[in-house]
Amino acid sequence: MESCNCIEPQWPPDDLLMKYQYISDFFIALAYFSIPLELIYFVKKSAVFPYRWVLVQFGAFIVLCGATHLINLWTFTVHSRTVASVMTTAKVLTAAVSCITALMLVHIIPDLLSVKTRELFLKNKAAELDREMGLIRTQEETGRHVRMLTHEIRSTLDRHTILKTTLVELGRTLALEECALWMPTRTGLELQLSYTLRQQNPVGYTVPIHHPVINQVFSSNRAVKISPNCPVARLRPAGKYMPGEVVAVRVPLLHLSNFHINDWPELSTKRYALMVLMLPSDSARQWHVHELELVEVVADQVAVALSHAAILEESMRARDLLMDQNVALDLARREAETAIRARNDFLAVMNHEMRTPMHAIIALSSLLQETELTPEQRLMVETVLKSSNLLATLINDVLDLSRLEDGSLQLDLGTFNLYAVFREVLNLIKPIASVKKLHVSLNLAPDLPEYAVGDEKRLMQTILNIVGNAVKFSKEGSISITAFVAKLDTLRDSKAPEFLPVLSDNHFYLRVQVKDSGSGINPLDIPKLFTKFAQNQSTGTRNSGGSGLGLAICKRFVNLMEGHIWIESEGLGKGCTAILIVKLGMPERVNESKLPYMPKMPTNHGQIAFPGLKVLVMDENGVSRMVTEGLLLHLGCDVTMVGSSDECLRLVSHEHKVVFMDICVPCIDSYGITIRIHEKFTKRHERPLLVALTGNTDKVTKENCMRAGMDGLILKPVSLDKMRSVLTDLLEHRVFFEAI
Amino acid sequence: MELVQIQRRLVDYTKSLFMEGFLDAQFLQLQQLQDDSNPYFVFEVVSLFFEDSEKLLNELTIALDQPNVDFKKIDSHVHQLKGSSSSIGAQRVKNACIAFRNYCDVQNIEGCLTCLQQVKQECYLVKNKFETLFRLEQQIMASGGSVPTIELGF
Repeated sequence: MESCNCIEPQWPPDDLLMKYQYISDFFIALAYFSIPLELIYFVKKSAVFPYRWVLVQFGAFIVLCGATHLINLWTFTVHSRTVASVMTTAKVLTAAVSCITALMLVHIIPDLLSVKTRELFLKNKAAELDREMGLIRTQEETGRHVRMLTHEIRSTLDRHTILKTTLVELGRTLALEECALWMPTRTGLELQLSYTLRQQNPVGYTVPIHHPVINQVFSSNRAVKISPNCPVARLRPAGKYMPGEVVAVRVPLLHLSNFHINDWPELSTKRYALMVLMLPSDSARQWHVHELELVEVVADQVAVALSHAAILEESMRARDLLMDQNVALDLARREAETAIRARNDFLAVMNHEMRTPMHAIIALSSLLQETELTPEQRLMVETVLKSSNLLATLINDVLDLSRLEDGSLQLDLGTFNLYAVFREVLNLIKPIASVKKLHVSLNLAPDLPEYAVGDEKRLMQTILNIVGNAVKFSKEGSISITAFVAKLDTLRDSKAPEFLPVLSDNHFYLRVQVKDSGSGINPLDIPKLFTKFAQNQSTGTRNSGGSGLGLAICKRFVNLMEGHIWIESEGLGKGCTAILIVKLGMPERVNESKLPYMPKMPTNHGQIAFPGLKVLVMDENGVSRMVTEGLLLHLGCDVTMVGSSDECLRLVSHEHKVVFMDICVPCIDSYGITIRIHEKFTKRHERPLLVALTGNTDKVTKENCMRAGMDGLILKPVSLDKMRSVLTDLLEHRVFFEAI
Repeated sequence: MELVQIQRRLVDYTKSLFMEGFLDAQFLQLQQLQDDSNPYFVFEVVSLFFEDSEKLLNELTIALDQPNVDFKKIDSHVHQLKGSSSSIGAQRVKNACIAFRNYCDVQNIEGCLTCLQQVKQECYLVKNKFETLFRLEQQIMASGGSVPTIELGF
């Protein structure tokens, strides 16, 4: 064995010290070996440890240290060179690793320290979150309470219940000692204690409204802490040591008028109620912010609920009122209907009763006129006739007007000859006009249709009335009647703003203008003209022979015909113009032939339709003359036959009611005859009706006939039925033109 | 019964006249005008027609023979004839007259002459027909019966 170079003694005399060192080294080595083992074990156990390789290093370091110490055990005694070299290697390694580890720790330790800081930070954060959670939970609870409260409040529309419920729920939620509601009195100057929570029957405490504290509360929409000594808060029996905190909040009382449609209600009301909430005394409770918020929300909800209740009350009241009014109106309507019916019955009876004697008077007077009378007698009879005619007209007018007002008057629509209407009016007015030396001219526009659909009788009545008025109020001068089809621009007259004509294919608007140069009318009086019974009393020369109903009736007729009538005048003495626009229908072509043609009547040979009707038949052709004569004889007429125009002119008299003329071009100048007959008979009622019989089926003939002044046209051949119906129509309408 | 037979023959004969176009509805009208106060109305009218038509046809013949044909006059005559024939319901005569007038309007002498012939022909025919008709009626009247009225559906 080689001896080592160390100079250590072999077994030193200090055995004890040596022994202790030996043992210590052994334990150190043990510890140094076990520590890494433990570390590894625990690190393996924990999933998270970021510094593994540090541990490895550390482990290596410790192991090597341990190894060093262990190897040291052998160096106490003589040891070989191998041991020495191992020892050296171990030491060298240990030195290296420990140096590296030391260097590493420089980096690692700050990190480890900061971990600690982070941990602390997180803990703080967690604590904060916990606090916030607590807060949110409290708020959520508050919200729940509010919802529940609101639900309770809004589930009823009864004012009393709403308020009571509010107080009860608030009291419960917030654990209040007392809760009170002060409402403003009617005068608005005081607050009256209306509801309380604990005190069952609040005595009518009142507090003046203009208290600074109250003003303060009213001026803000937040819940305001007030002093317990405030008059509104002095509700509890005295004797407590520490009254709890009191909070007051305003409750706006919204009126119906505050709710504008499409707007939010403006909180510009002046009336507020006061809600006072008191915490229990002798408790250290404070009003928390969330509790105050709850109170504010509740106050708003109460306001809304109250206004809903108010609206409901209002609408119930209105509905009751309406029902009462309805009943009253119904009663009134029934009464009115009864009255109208009574009046109609009366009128109907009176109508008949009045007309019968009138009819007798007129008929007999006219018959009397036909007999031989002395001039004085004739004058008397004429006066009687005139007066009774007037009376009859008056009766008719009154009855018509009452029917017009009823709305029960309906127009008798039918196709009629428009030209004939005007001619008739002219003929009726000519006598009076000529007496007054007034010149009457009629101007019919060429585009005016000859036939129209409308109420002929009433149209004539209207035109006659206007023309009659024109004649009545003119002392001298001339009267001109113009009629034409109104075009759109003339329809929209500024004088008739509410008249909105509608043009359509089968209607046209007839415009008639009657201009006179008479006394004129004051423009201010014009609106009154068409009112019933209103008479213009300004001019003394007025022939007060009218009832004042004429124009009123005309206006109503015109209205029925969907037209308009008005009078223009530039002033007194400047004459006036009456303008009338009515809507008439255009007759269809088919209607013309449909017009007088009644369906085939059973030929009753025994029936004589026109007893004694004197007619004159003029026809050059013997055969057809004989046939026509036969026809008319069969119908019972008294027929005179002539074969030439001279004969016709010679024989025609006012006794003949109808003259049938066979016209054929170029035989007889039937048009010439027509004109001469017209000249012969100036009085219209004396002139016989002139009817052309022709086989010519062209429009020219027809137009010529009409222009010449014939009253009718019939196409040959004429059957018995046709002649019968034609005669009937002729005698009724005084005109008949067969459709070609 | 002989009366019934004659009556039936009358009815059939009248119907045939209508069918053949000799008469039209105007004739029915004429018959309607005949009543107790006027028992021979139809006979009178028809007789008058034939008198008239004979006169007119003669006039027309003379007028068309002239070197200078006066169409106006011819037209007026034909017009008269047309009127008369239509008054009694002699349809074919009337139609012939219408045709005559057309030729007259265009002043076609040849056409007029042809038409004149035709009108004459038609008049002659319808005259015969009427004579037969009246004979039958007379027979019925003589037997004490009444002339049946024709109900034709047109």
